[in-house]
Amino acid sequence: MIFIKLFFEYFKIGLFSIGGGLATLPFIYELQVKYPDWLSTADITNMIAVSESTPGPMGVNMATYVGNMVGGLPGGIVATLGLVSPSIIVIAIVAHFLRKFKDSPIVEAVMSGLRPASLALVCVATVSVARAAILRTELYEQTGVLLDLFDIRHIILAIILFVAMRKIDIHPIWYIVIAAVVGIVFKF
Amino acid sequence: MNKYLDLFLTFARIGGFTFGGGYAMLPMITRECVDKKKWATEEEVMDYFAIGQCTPGVIAVNTATFVGGKIAGPLGGFVATIGVIFPSWVIITIIALFIQNFAQYEVVQHALAGITVAVFALVVNAVLKLGKKSVVNVMGLIICLTVFVLSAIVKVPAAWLILLSGVFGLIYTKISNKNAFKSRDEVRDTDQNEKEENVEKEDE
Repeated sequence: MIFIKLFFEYFKIGLFSIGGGLATLPFIYELQVKYPDWLSTADITNMIAVSESTPGPMGVNMATYVGNMVGGLPGGIVATLGLVSPSIIVIAIVAHFLRKFKDSPIVEAVMSGLRPASLALVCVATVSVARAAILRTELYEQTGVLLDLFDIRHIILAIILFVAMRKIDIHPIWYIVIAAVVGIVFKF
Repeated sequence: MNKYLDLFLTFARIGGFTFGGGYAMLPMITRECVDKKKWATEEEVMDYFAIGQCTPGVIAVNTATFVGGKIAGPLGGFVATIGVIFPSWVIITIIALFIQNFAQYEVVQHALAGITVAVFALVVNAVLKLGKKSVVNVMGLIICLTVFVLSAIVKVPAAWLILLSGVFGLIYTKISNKNAFKSRDEVRDTDQNEKEENVEKEDE
């Protein structure tokens, strides 16, 4: 039964990929080798492009895409449920113990180490977003002109949005919508 | 509003406007769960993010399960997770069925380039806001800088860095405060012993 197989393959991916959506990618390549009739390498390339250009967590998008390729609409649902099931189980257990020992000084000491580490990892991710958002590394590698490295229009938009965020208290959704419109109008 | 429906709708909104990895969810999560609904504190969100990075699965889903679970138990965690993945289901299904070359459209690429800039600004803003709550002492600063270098330059896997930082936090607290992990009674006992010793010394 293809749906049961799909569920368990994705359950395994959910269980063994640690560190977010992109961590599932090596497993998807393995899946392609194991079941060549499920999807082709070209499908994977298209999957990455679509998952990056649509809203939603990368890992979930990719699971829905693969599931759709394999078994249509129900396939997409089954694959995603397989992916998130280990998370739900593991986090429910972790959260239970966290609540139970909430006032324990040991847990608080561990957390005091985790929080700054978590912030640092978000900062690392921010650097890679910055590279995609305001730098033109490909153009710079071709021309070697330092001025080509910085995408002036993108930097101006980033500064305007950032200042606006500090002054005007509106929902982040609006900044995303506005930036999308600016991107289309000014052909970013 | 029914709390399950509220959880579902809130996390569907978060899922529907997250572009990129789990970190891109940070501004949306803090806005919805901390500022608007008061479901969690900023410290808790950072805890969930840390744990979400060293436990199996997608970080966004792990965080949703955490918040949902805190508000309405295991079923709440499940509902929040279904909420966060719901927009992906709808959008990806439509694209996979009807618009195979979606990512190649020029208008999509332009919109996405703009969105990436907004996500960058939003994440920087969130980092500045959460930074004050996450780095509160010298130990925090040391961990933050070390983990940044180890992750960005040495490329040590995030899960290891999180685990090691937890151990470091434990050891640091132990060294800086001898009585940190003793119960109140034990502390009182040792205090009394010390006092008695002092009294004895004075007697001598």
